[in-house]
Amino acid sequence: MRVEWIFPASVDEAVALLARPGHQAIAGGTTVLDLMKLGHRPGPVLVDISRLDLTEISEGGGIIRIGALVSNSQAARSPLIRERLPALSEAILMGASEQIRNAASIGGNLMQATRCGYFRDLAWPCNRRTEGSGCAARTTPAAGHAVLGASAACIATQPSDMAVALLAFDAVVVARAIEGTVRIPVAGFFRGPDEKALPATRLPQGALITGIEIPAPAGPEASGYVKLRGRASYEFASASVAARLEFDGDVLGRAAIAFGGIATTPWRDREAEQLLIGAPLGRAQVGLYLDRALAGADTRPETAHKIPLARGAVHHLLERLAK
Amino acid sequence: MRAGPHSGADAARSPIRLDLTVNGVPVSQMIDPRRSLLDFLREDLELTGTKKGCDHGQCGACTVHVNGERRLSCLQFAAQLQGASVTTIEGVGSADGGLHPLQEAFIRHDALQCGYCTPGQIMSALALMNEGCPEDPAAIKEAMSGNICRCGAYNGIVAAIREVARDAG
Repeated sequence: MRVEWIFPASVDEAVALLARPGHQAIAGGTTVLDLMKLGHRPGPVLVDISRLDLTEISEGGGIIRIGALVSNSQAARSPLIRERLPALSEAILMGASEQIRNAASIGGNLMQATRCGYFRDLAWPCNRRTEGSGCAARTTPAAGHAVLGASAACIATQPSDMAVALLAFDAVVVARAIEGTVRIPVAGFFRGPDEKALPATRLPQGALITGIEIPAPAGPEASGYVKLRGRASYEFASASVAARLEFDGDVLGRAAIAFGGIATTPWRDREAEQLLIGAPLGRAQVGLYLDRALAGADTRPETAHKIPLARGAVHHLLERLAK
Repeated sequence: MRAGPHSGADAARSPIRLDLTVNGVPVSQMIDPRRSLLDFLREDLELTGTKKGCDHGQCGACTVHVNGERRLSCLQFAAQLQGASVTTIEGVGSADGGLHPLQEAFIRHDALQCGYCTPGQIMSALALMNEGCPEDPAAIKEAMSGNICRCGAYNGIVAAIREVARDAG
């Protein structure tokens, strides 16, 4: 397994390199090294962007910007993000461990590979690893697999907690391609496996994520993140939810709710959210929202527990945010 | 257990230069770019205090400090550490060989049985002190959740950390 290592001096140089076949960006490197030790082949040319200046966290013109090379720890502990985007800070801090959050970048968090065991272990077929090879999880599902957004090609969950909060905040991924800057809403960034299993995202081939833009919340809103999992900490979500609520007197003026751990992409049902608007926030109303948002779930015995977990997480979080 | 990528006959390599300091000592070597920091420390520098548990970022036994931050050396490419300052368990005691107060507290509180996770627990907890150690035991457990102890010495570990944090505060 040959590996070449290149340190580009600028974003432009990095993008020029990434346009070449076999060139792969590397930042914190945590996922690349993990998968390499399992026999996955990176690159083989690793374009190391970790020395580039993409480390800004700022607010201006109604936009909060987070550079792609900000570490997960720096983002989660930034006063700006804690105060303005609490759900994002909470979601990041509920992912991985402090050791990994210190090393891993925001851009890498978005691009992290699925944790599906059949993807990681080269002995099994996996459409997300080798297009057209098949999906072992379809015939032998496990507790971690998705109940929404699955297809014949793939039922692996999207692992990032951060991406779930970003979806609730209507965030946009900013990337540089040879042709110039491209902006991709997080809502469309992750590809469901409906068409083809690869590529897993809509980042253009050879483009480099330079940062994330989040519309700064205009009014007073409450936001938070709840994550339920097989142990109290340091585990991927069985079901998680990010929510933002803005009240208009006694009734809900705006609501944004995104799910993690249950779908092949961060999952949001904007039509179902409308059921909550203009009504007082009550358990029955939230139940109607959940019935609608989870109506398309396709559960197996191994994954059926995710529905009550997701419902409970939403009830719990919305009650907390309403206080 | 495999010690990671070695210089096998089939492994075409493009060695790259690495200059960094480890426990305050300058180190300069040509390395295989695939080398993990963990294998670099253990195999190249023979600093075997840092332990290889899972080698996949799931157990925390390999925790070290990179520029003062705790990180998993098993998920860290050494090639990315040009100019960095790395501290391992070998670097936390006093110059005369005495133990760090946190190491003393681990012994006092029976915070280990087999001891394999202990270097990682100590390095993680030392970084936690700098991050601002919470007083609430549940918050300490959350902050230490990246370090697994299969002997289950968690109560002693939390007690040792609380005591040293309290004394430092």
